[in-house]
Amino acid sequence: MNWIRQKIDQIKEPFEPGNKLEKYRPAINALDTFLFVPDHTTKKGAHIRDAVDLKRTMITVVLALIPALIFGMWNAGYQHYTQLGENPAFLEAFLHGAYKIVPMIVVSYAVGLGLEFAFAIMRGHEVNEGYLVTGLLIPMIMPVDIPLWMVALSVIFAVLIGKEAFGGTGMNILNPALTARAFAFFAYPTYMSGNKIWVSEASNVDSISGETILGSLAANKEVTYNAAEMFTGIIPGSISETSTLCIVAGALILILTKVADWRIILSGVIGAAAMGLLLNALPSMGVEGNGLTNFPWYNHLIVGGFAFGIVFMATDPVSAAQTMKGKWIYGVLIGLTAILIRTLNPAYPEGIMLSILLLNVFAPTIDHYVIEGNIKKRKKRLDMKSVKTA
Amino acid sequence: MPIDVKIKKGLKLNLKGEAKNSIEQAQKSKTVALRPSNFHSLVPKLVLKEGAKIKAGDEVFFSKYSDKTRVVSPVSGVLKEIKRGAKRKILEVIIEADDYIEYKDFGSMNPLESESSLVKERIFSTGLGIFLNQRPYNIPADADDTPKAIYISAYDTAPLSASHELVLKDKAEYFQNGINALTKLTGGKVYLGVDKQSATFLKDVQNVELITISGPHPAGNVGTLIHETEPMNRGERVWTINPEDVAIIGEQFKTGKYNAERTVVVTGSAAHENNRKYFKTIIGSEVKSFLTDFEDNSRIISGNVLTGEKIESDGYINFFSNTLTVIPEGNEYRMFGWVPFKDNDIHSASKTSLSWLFPNKKYDVNTNLNGEERALVVTGEMEEMMPMDILPMQLLKACMAGDIEKMENLGIYEVVPEDFALVEYTNTSKIEAQEIIRNGLDLMITEVG
Repeated sequence: MNWIRQKIDQIKEPFEPGNKLEKYRPAINALDTFLFVPDHTTKKGAHIRDAVDLKRTMITVVLALIPALIFGMWNAGYQHYTQLGENPAFLEAFLHGAYKIVPMIVVSYAVGLGLEFAFAIMRGHEVNEGYLVTGLLIPMIMPVDIPLWMVALSVIFAVLIGKEAFGGTGMNILNPALTARAFAFFAYPTYMSGNKIWVSEASNVDSISGETILGSLAANKEVTYNAAEMFTGIIPGSISETSTLCIVAGALILILTKVADWRIILSGVIGAAAMGLLLNALPSMGVEGNGLTNFPWYNHLIVGGFAFGIVFMATDPVSAAQTMKGKWIYGVLIGLTAILIRTLNPAYPEGIMLSILLLNVFAPTIDHYVIEGNIKKRKKRLDMKSVKTA
Repeated sequence: MPIDVKIKKGLKLNLKGEAKNSIEQAQKSKTVALRPSNFHSLVPKLVLKEGAKIKAGDEVFFSKYSDKTRVVSPVSGVLKEIKRGAKRKILEVIIEADDYIEYKDFGSMNPLESESSLVKERIFSTGLGIFLNQRPYNIPADADDTPKAIYISAYDTAPLSASHELVLKDKAEYFQNGINALTKLTGGKVYLGVDKQSATFLKDVQNVELITISGPHPAGNVGTLIHETEPMNRGERVWTINPEDVAIIGEQFKTGKYNAERTVVVTGSAAHENNRKYFKTIIGSEVKSFLTDFEDNSRIISGNVLTGEKIESDGYINFFSNTLTVIPEGNEYRMFGWVPFKDNDIHSASKTSLSWLFPNKKYDVNTNLNGEERALVVTGEMEEMMPMDILPMQLLKACMAGDIEKMENLGIYEVVPEDFALVEYTNTSKIEAQEIIRNGLDLMITEVG
């Protein structure tokens, strides 16, 4: 291990301050710190520090994404072959999906990290680890057949406009991965919605149709999948959003490691269930409703992107509400609006993307009122005091 | 009935390197140092020149802005050297100590039977006032103020800290006398915080409002006690003082002598076991007079691991410190150290390590940052370490932005850097929370006063 260290120090030599490649230090440091936690020590104050750092936190999220990713790869192949009337072996299905999805991940990381490195060098700060998660999330929420150049453009848009324009990691208002998806959604609608895109090769092979459940419901068609299929995720959809089972596994990792706030996830589910129940009750109130409003509320929780969004996107600490009370309000509102957009807006059969982006925008406002509450308590105490002494 | 303060948020950090409960006389320190930087914001004016002969209790320097804020010599001897830094700033005043300390006689005074104004006059004119610190800002107390209360915490919940009970055991009478003097300084109460679990003599001290403390660190921080009893409002002043210094005041009133004895505990895993005990020495004495046996490549901290100051082995212990912690430096690389659930022997309050499964395990800590500084990303972790009704992340951000109104609204007056020590320790982004708060407080001093 020592000789590796020596070798790295040798390679790093030209990048040290005062040497000619000094400007590119953040890039070489980013690579080095992936091998070794550096020898930096505390200067004062707390002389000891916790073992946790941002790398560890971000890698934990990547770990939590793995079940949904693996399942997504398999499901992409499985949907493809079953639509063709074949019964693929696990590996065959997985390889078909991997063949489609791995290039997307490679493009996303290459383009996104390239930009992150460039900005780190330009601004002279270290490379932040946030993109490790964003870069994996972006392909996971895209339809499987999206062209690679669209992935690249979406990534560029998300990193430049969604993140760096606001000052980089920690300063962005919108979730970068959802910004990428929203960009693709509005820029290339034919690749992002409809009923010919959700199953691999559906647009090329006529016998494959593969509509999503929400799409069928919006068109007032019969849904042929049962609840077990919806929950395990053997249904068409964006790559990794389909399996609520795998998402729950990821959610458990995030909640147990406390990397994601359980408050947001729980309140989001409560909000969505409440809206679902309300819409389900419409017929009893004399309103007819549509296929989506009459879809049982518990099914709303396990189809579409809701589960994936609330677990992996709404919990992004930078774009979510940051106060404890704020997180409850933020989560409930995401749940409510996600199902509301999903059911009542015919143009967007999936609502979670827009509802999270909407609440990202309102999160600072929610926090503002929570903070005001804390300030008011303090002011009240001061007023009471002045009254007493006066 | 004592006031019960029970804290749930915070962290009990179990570290290796605890000291034995035995007190020993340290070797005589040949020199002692008074460092103006130990008294935050104090700009010293010297009253003596190099070579002057002094007694214990003679004035050495005073504050440029308040001549009642005086620092007196803890020993008798000769003023040997005045060390200056850039712009002739005084860094250290070094006094060569006599073999036997000769005390200036201030005469005895019974604080309970004396006028308040006379007690106050004596405390400040004889240099005892320097032991009193003012909240907000944690700066030397201003003799012209009358604080709304005085707080003493005799329960240090920080890791590897000294037991006030053990140190004060033989000085119960002086301690009581000191308390009696303090009651004359405030129109309000004198609060004394003690460990709820222990049956200490401190629970029998008279003329105080007793607070029994339970819970993890920072339960014993003075800031926590103030917040739980009489939270600070804008414009209010509270004074705080360390328990050992109360005894010094009490002794001076009784005997007329300024006996600047300080019992220092040597702790930390890098100090050898036979050196880890309590030493009776003098305020500001040489570290080498009691730290004799420790590992190479270690950090010597005057104070505890969370809030102390790094000093050299040939340096001097800080004026207020009763703890000397020695831990290994962490200047080494750790391969793939960022992998979750790896290196579980390094303590983590986060659940991305398995160390939470062993709450009673004692950890060997070093000074490695365990990562690099990053933008603030993770939310919610600071709140876990903040028992006060304060929004820690928002307050830190207000301090970083220098937004005075927001800092005031979010409770800057209620905190001092040590209240953010655990926030700094557990923070994923490795920000210097205590420094940010200190800078915020300094900004408030210049802008609001």
